[in-house]
Amino acid sequence: MFGSIDPALLISALMVASVPILLAAIGELVVERAGVLNLGVEGMMIMGAICGFITAVESGSPALGFIGGAAGGAILSLLFALLTQVMQANQVASGLALTLFGLGLSSLLGQGYVGIKPPLTGSVPFGPLADIPFFGKVLFSHDPFVYLSVAIVAAVWAFLKFTRGGLILRAVGESHDAAHALGYKVQRIRLLAILFGGAMAGLGGAYLSLVRVPQWVDGITAGAGWIALAIVVFASWRPWRALLGAWLFGGITQLQLNLQAAQVPIPVEYLSMSPYLITILVLVVMSSGRGRASLNAPACLGQNFHAAR
Amino acid sequence: MKRRQLLATAALGLSMAFGGAALAQDKTKACFVYVGPIGDGGWTFQHHQGALDVQKTFGDKVEIAWQENVPEGADAERVLTQMALGGCDIIFTTSFGYMDATNAVAKKFPNVKFEHATGFKREAPNVSTYNARFYEGRAVQGHIAGKMTKSNKIGYIGSFPIPEVVMGINSYYLHAKKVNPDVELSVVWAFTWFDPAKEADAAKALIDQGVDVIASHTDSTAPLAEAAKTGGKVIGFGQASDMADYKPSPRVSSIIDNWGPYYVKRVGALLDGTYAQADAWEGIAGGEVLIGEITDAIPADVKAEAEALRDSIGAGTYHPFTGPINKQDGSPWLAEGATAPDGDLLGMNFYVEGISGEIPK
Repeated sequence: MFGSIDPALLISALMVASVPILLAAIGELVVERAGVLNLGVEGMMIMGAICGFITAVESGSPALGFIGGAAGGAILSLLFALLTQVMQANQVASGLALTLFGLGLSSLLGQGYVGIKPPLTGSVPFGPLADIPFFGKVLFSHDPFVYLSVAIVAAVWAFLKFTRGGLILRAVGESHDAAHALGYKVQRIRLLAILFGGAMAGLGGAYLSLVRVPQWVDGITAGAGWIALAIVVFASWRPWRALLGAWLFGGITQLQLNLQAAQVPIPVEYLSMSPYLITILVLVVMSSGRGRASLNAPACLGQNFHAAR
Repeated sequence: MKRRQLLATAALGLSMAFGGAALAQDKTKACFVYVGPIGDGGWTFQHHQGALDVQKTFGDKVEIAWQENVPEGADAERVLTQMALGGCDIIFTTSFGYMDATNAVAKKFPNVKFEHATGFKREAPNVSTYNARFYEGRAVQGHIAGKMTKSNKIGYIGSFPIPEVVMGINSYYLHAKKVNPDVELSVVWAFTWFDPAKEADAAKALIDQGVDVIASHTDSTAPLAEAAKTGGKVIGFGQASDMADYKPSPRVSSIIDNWGPYYVKRVGALLDGTYAQADAWEGIAGGEVLIGEITDAIPADVKAEAEALRDSIGAGTYHPFTGPINKQDGSPWLAEGATAPDGDLLGMNFYVEGISGEIPK
C-alpha cells in the first residue's frame, strides 16, 4: 500500500520513538489526577536527560543513568511542589517558570558533556522469540524501557482503578475540600504525585539522551514535554488512552518520515498536524453538550489548596 | 538583600554576555552573535572557533565578545544595538534570520562594520555578507556515497527547502549518479535545524527503507548515532563540524565550516585600514569549506578519487555544477560544458533530473 514501508519495522520504530513522551505523559497524568497542573514537563524532561547522561557517563552504567535521570526530574519537580504546595503560587506560572529554568540549568550542567558518547543500553535478549516473523520484530526486539513504559502504564491504571491509594489520589483531584474533611493530607498527597510526575518525566528525558539519540546536546527534548501535556488531555486522563495517544503521536511522526523516505507523494504538512487536529477533535467531541464532567477532567485541576481557607 | 542579589545576577549576566570584556577603547573589538549555544557541536560551535582564531591571531590588538542563543527577530535588533553602543567595531551576525535586524541597526551606526552570514541584503555601505560554498563539499560526499552504497539507495536529511539545502541535495545526487548510474536518492525533510530526536527518527526511517549512506543537513550528530547502531552497515558524514567522535565509521568524512580564515581576514583588514564592503562566497579554495579526514572505512582507491575531486574543485579546474544538466522535469538547465552562474545557485528551487519526489512548498 505504501510502497516499500515494512509495517513491522514501522510499528517497532513507533514503539521506540514514543517511549519518552509516553513516560512523561503518564507521570503528568497522575499529577493532574491529583489536581495539580504542572506545565514544567519539558523542563523536568530535559533535566532528566542531562542528569541521566551525566550519571551514566560518570558511572559507566546505563541503569544508574536512568535512576539519575529520574532523580533529576524529581528534584526539579520538588521546586515546583515547594512553590505551589507550600507557598501557594500560581500553578500555571510556576510550571512555565520550571520549564524555562530546567532548559537553562540543563544547558549549564551539560557544558562539559557535549560530544561524549554514553554507555549503550542493549536490547532484552529474547533468544529465538525475536526470530518469529513480524511479531519477533514488533514485540521482541526492544530495549528494556519499551517494556517498562508499558508496564508503568498498566501499574498506574491498576493503581488508580483498584487501590485505596488511587481512590484517595483521585478524591484529592476531584474535591480537595472533601478529601481534607475526610482527614487526608491534600498537600502531602499532591507532593508525592508531583514527585512521581517529575521522576517519570526525568526517565523519559534520560531515555532520549541515553537510548534514543544517544548523546547530549542543548535543547535535546525539543518540545517533547509539550506533546506529553497534549497527550494527557487527548487521553482524557485515562492511562491506556495515554498509551494510545503516545503511539499515535509517535507513530504519525514515524509514518511521515517513512512516507518521505519511501517517496510516497503525501504532503508532510498534513501528517505533521494530524495528531494535533485529532486532539482538538477529541476535545470537541467529548466536551460537546455534557460539560466538563464528560471530559473527565479532575474538578480541582489547577486549583491550590490550603487548609486554613 | 533581594535587590542586591538581583543586581549581582544582572551584572553577572552582562559580563557573561560580553565575554567579560573591559571597556578599553584602544583595542579593536570584534563581536559575534550566535543563534544557538556554542555547545551545539555544529553550526554555532564552528563560528565560535572562528572567533577564537581571531583572538589567537591578533592577541592584544583585538578583543572579542559574543552572545549565544540570540533569537532571530526583535531580540536580535536589541542585542545588536547594545553591542554597537558597547564599543564593538565589527559585528558578525551568524544566522540567516538576522538579516533585517543587521541592516536596520547598521543604518543607525555607520561607523560600526556589520558582517552578516548567509544573507543577501546589503542596504547600508557598512554591511557586508559572507557565505560558504558547501555544495562543493557535497560533491565529494556524493562521490563517496555513489561508490560505497551496496543497496544503491542513498539518503539525505534536509532541514528546510531553501536554495542552500536544495543546492546541496543536487550536488550530492549528481556526483553519486556519476559514479553509480543505478543510485536512487531519498530525501527526508525534517523541517528543523536542530531536533536530535527527530533527526534520529529521520535517519531510522531512511535506514528502514534500505538506505545505507546518509548525508544530513541538520545540526546535530543524531543521524550518525543512529547509523552507528547498525554496526557498520550504514555510513554517514559529519555536517558543519568534523564530528570526529564517530570515526572511523559511520562517519567516513565530513564537511567542516571553517570561518576562521574569513574572520581573521576581515578583522585584519579593519586593523590595517583596507576594509571594504564585500559579498564573500568562498569554498574549498578559500579554505572556508574543509573536507574532514576520509577514514579507512573507505577503500583506498575511492578515497584517492574523492581527494582528487576535492583538489580539482579547490584548484578551480572543476565546478560541481558543470553541464549538461537537466532539471527534474527534463527541461535543460546547463548546456554541455557550461557551469552554473552564482545567481542560479543562490535561487535554486528545483531538483535536477533523476531525483524523484517534490520539494515541499
